[in-house]
Amino acid sequence: MSPRLQATLMPWLVVAGLFAAWELLVIVAGLPPFVLPAPTAVFAALAEFAGPITHHALHTLGTTVVGFALSVAGGVALGVAVGSSAVAYRSLFPVLIGFNSIPKVAIVPVLIIWFGIGAVPAIITACLISFFPITVNVATGIATLEPELRDVLRSLGASRLDILRKVGLPRAAPYFFASLKIAITLAFVGSIISETVGSNEGVGYLMIQASSRFQIPLVFAALLVVAAMGVAMYFVFAILERRMTFWATRGVDAGYATGG
Amino acid sequence: MTDSAARFVALEGVSLRYGGEGGGTLAVAGLDLAIARGEFAAVVGPSGCGKSTLMKLATGLAPASEGAVIVAGHEVTGPLKIVGMAFQNPTLLPWRTTLDNVLLPLEIVEPYKSSFRRDREKHVARAKALLATVGLSGFEARYPWQLSGGMQQRASLCRALIHEPALLMLDEPFAALDAFTREELWAVLQALWMERRFTCILVTHDLREAVYLADTVHVMSARPGRVIETRRIDLPRPRDLEASFAPEFVGIVHDLRARIAEARAAA
Repeated sequence: MSPRLQATLMPWLVVAGLFAAWELLVIVAGLPPFVLPAPTAVFAALAEFAGPITHHALHTLGTTVVGFALSVAGGVALGVAVGSSAVAYRSLFPVLIGFNSIPKVAIVPVLIIWFGIGAVPAIITACLISFFPITVNVATGIATLEPELRDVLRSLGASRLDILRKVGLPRAAPYFFASLKIAITLAFVGSIISETVGSNEGVGYLMIQASSRFQIPLVFAALLVVAAMGVAMYFVFAILERRMTFWATRGVDAGYATGG
Repeated sequence: MTDSAARFVALEGVSLRYGGEGGGTLAVAGLDLAIARGEFAAVVGPSGCGKSTLMKLATGLAPASEGAVIVAGHEVTGPLKIVGMAFQNPTLLPWRTTLDNVLLPLEIVEPYKSSFRRDREKHVARAKALLATVGLSGFEARYPWQLSGGMQQRASLCRALIHEPALLMLDEPFAALDAFTREELWAVLQALWMERRFTCILVTHDLREAVYLADTVHVMSARPGRVIETRRIDLPRPRDLEASFAPEFVGIVHDLRARIAEARAAA
C-alpha cells in the first residue's frame, strides 16, 4: 500500500473499527436500545428519519455558518485591535478571558428572552462561543512581529497601517486559519446548545424531542450527523488553510510551494 | 568638504538610558562619532558595548537621552526615512518571493510608493538587476525559505539598497554565515559600495571584516559604550582576500584586537 493511499484509508478504518467495537459491546453486554443503541440501529434510524434529520441538520448548518461568519468578522477586528496596540491588549484581554469563561448555556435563556425562540439565539450563541480563539490567534500573529523587521519598516517611514497591511496581517494568516478550524467546531456546539434550550428547529431541538420520546437511536443518529458536519467543515477550512498559507506549512507540504 | 558632508552622521555627547529616568541601564554615555558622506564606517567593541544601540540612535529609532544626533545636517527627532537596514537575521517575509521581498521598500517609501503600481515594470527590472549584482539571478521567483542562509542575506542586502538610501545600516549581517560565505559577501558588499558610494555603518564582531570593508574603524568601550579609538584604514581598494593576510592588514587587526582586549579588561 502506498503511503498516500494509507493516509487516505486510515481515518476510515479507524471509524469503521470504532463502530465495530461499539456494535460488539452492545451485543456482548446485551444493552437495550434505549440505553445504548447499536450502530446498526442508529443507521436504521438515520435511514428511517432521513427527511426530518436533513431538514433539522440544514437548519443547524445555516445558523452555525451565519454565527461563525459573524464571529470571524468580529474576531478578526478585535484581534487586530488587541494585537496592534499594547494598551488595547492590556485593557481588553482580562475582559475577553472573563467573558470566555462564562458557560454559554447560561446565556441562552437570556438570549431567548431578548430575541424569542428561533434562529437568532442560536446564531448569537454560535458567534459568542467561537470568536475567542480567532481573536487570540490573530492578536498573537500580529503582536509577535520580529523587532528587527519592525525597525526595517519604521526606518522606511512605514505608518502603523503600512506595517499592519504589509506584514502584520500576512504573518497572522497562519494563526488565523488554524483558529478557524477550532472555531467552526465550537460554532456547532454553540448553535446546538441554543437549540436544545429553546428552538422549534435544528438538530438540538430534534435530539430533545427524540430523547423525550425515548427514541434513543434517533438521538444518536442526530449526533452522528452533527459530527459529520463538523468534520466536513473542518476539512473545508483545512484545505483553505493549506492554499492560503502554504509558506507556513512548508515543512509538511513543501511540494505545494515549488509546484505552483 | 562642507560641514554636513564631513559630518554626515554625527553623534555629539550622546547618552541613552534604557528603562526610564534615574534607574535603568546606561547603554551608551558620552558617545562622540562623526562619519563623512559616502564613508564606510565600521563599529567594533566588546560584546554588550552598545553597538546596536548606536544603530538605533543614528537611525532615530531610539531617541537620545542626552546629546544630539545629527544626520545630513538635521537633528534627528524621529525615525529617519533615508535608511536601509540589514541584520544578522535576514527577516525576509516568507509569504513573498525573493523579488517581492526586495520590492517591499518601494511599496512603502516615497516617492516610489504613490506610483508603485504604475512603474512596477521599471522597479522589477531594477530589482532584478540588483539581485544579479549579488549573484541571485534566476532566484527571483523562489521563496526565502527555499534559499540558503547566504542567499537570504544577499537578498536582505538588496532589500536594504533597492530604494537607494543615503545611509545603510548593517548590524552584524554576516555573523550567522560560515566563513567562506561570509568572505564572499564581503566582496559583494564592497563592490556594491564602490559602485554606489552610500554612507555605510557596519556593526560587527569580526575585526577582519571591519578592516576589510571599512574606511574607518571605531572601537567602543565596554558598557556604557563610547568611542575610544578611531582608526583610518588606508589600504587600497578594491581589497581582495589575499590582502587580508598581508602583514599590514594583520597588523591593523592585531592592534584593534589589543585595544578591545584593554576595553574588556577595564570593564
